[in-house]
Amino acid sequence: MERDDIIEYSLDAHHSEEEGRRIRRKIWMVTLFLAVVTTVEVTLGAYWKEWFDASAWNAIKWTYVVLTLVKATYIVMSFMHLGDERRNIRAIILLPYALFILYLVFIAIFESNYVHQIWVRFL
Amino acid sequence: MAGDASKALSNDVLWGGGRSPFSISYGKMMMWFFLVSDALTFSGLLTAYGFVRHSTTEAWPIGEEVFRALPGLTGSYPLVYVALMTAILIFSSVTMVLAVEAGHRMDKKGVIKWLFLTVLGGAFFVGSQAWEWSHFIHGGGGYITTNAGVKYWVHNDTHDTHDPSNAPGFHLVQADPRHYLIPAEGAHHLDHAESLKLWSERANYVDGANMIHNEYGPPQYANFFFFITGFHGFHVFSGVIINLIVLIMVIQGVFHRRGHYEMVEKAGLYWHFVDLVWVFVFTFFYLL
Repeated sequence: MERDDIIEYSLDAHHSEEEGRRIRRKIWMVTLFLAVVTTVEVTLGAYWKEWFDASAWNAIKWTYVVLTLVKATYIVMSFMHLGDERRNIRAIILLPYALFILYLVFIAIFESNYVHQIWVRFL
Repeated sequence: MAGDASKALSNDVLWGGGRSPFSISYGKMMMWFFLVSDALTFSGLLTAYGFVRHSTTEAWPIGEEVFRALPGLTGSYPLVYVALMTAILIFSSVTMVLAVEAGHRMDKKGVIKWLFLTVLGGAFFVGSQAWEWSHFIHGGGGYITTNAGVKYWVHNDTHDTHDPSNAPGFHLVQADPRHYLIPAEGAHHLDHAESLKLWSERANYVDGANMIHNEYGPPQYANFFFFITGFHGFHVFSGVIINLIVLIMVIQGVFHRRGHYEMVEKAGLYWHFVDLVWVFVFTFFYLL
């Protein structure tokens, strides 16, 4: 069934042999970056107790959170091509999600602190 | 009273349609909307995990002490197996993005090659997770709790958990009360006679993991492990099936006749999402 009133956006994504080479190089660079970050995370997880004392745990914890968000950004923007889409589609996907999750995380940390204090006091 | 629905509006004030304001096809946009809702589900699960872990007053197990076994080997390899699983999943995400890139050049052979490797990587990951579940459920020997509330690790040479007191080399080691997985300060291996006496007076024996109790920590720990990694594992499993169906369609030439390989791209979005979720599960369940 041919319909000439529908614009075929799927064809916009086609690219040439030469552009393909450039895109593939970028893919392998992102891969290398993700592999290095994961290696750092695992090594830190396995050996941090031998390298630092217990007070370093808080800093390591936040390092993990930041590295995870960096990895997630590269996966979403590069592998899922969201960085190549228009700005308005990027906004309607990321902004409502970010808004909701920031609130959920905030309320969970706040409430769990409170519940913890109650349990320490009454158990 | 007439509402807006029954009022005739001038076309000048309406969006005429005819083109997507996002320059994106319907299918791809709906896949993104689905992924956002699925991401909310996973965020809810991980936030619930954080809530329980943060509010609990009991000792919570640490990933590098629970997950440190490799198939077929004895000894301690903290997080190595999980790191291997992560590497496999990230690599299969890379082969997927290469399949999408080949599709944009209408390179059917390239799509088949990379998509096949993606399916293979996904299958490896599901298999690895099955092994990890099995290892987690069977545990490392378990512990007993005495009537006084003291915990002792059960050791024996054959790792017998059905009748450990009759197995060769049976003895107990006192466990750190704030920390299930390591021996107590100054704890020594109890001799056989003393071990048998404590064993016969035990209040209970916990071995491995199930939904009621587990040898690693509070019951919620194993429950969250089963639910979060199980829900993610089911996503990987369905992703492998979807990729396999798309691969068969590619081999049949369906997309080549259609003139574009957008179906590979849509399946790819789902597959990258599965990888993305694992990055977060890896951090918040295994590392923190």
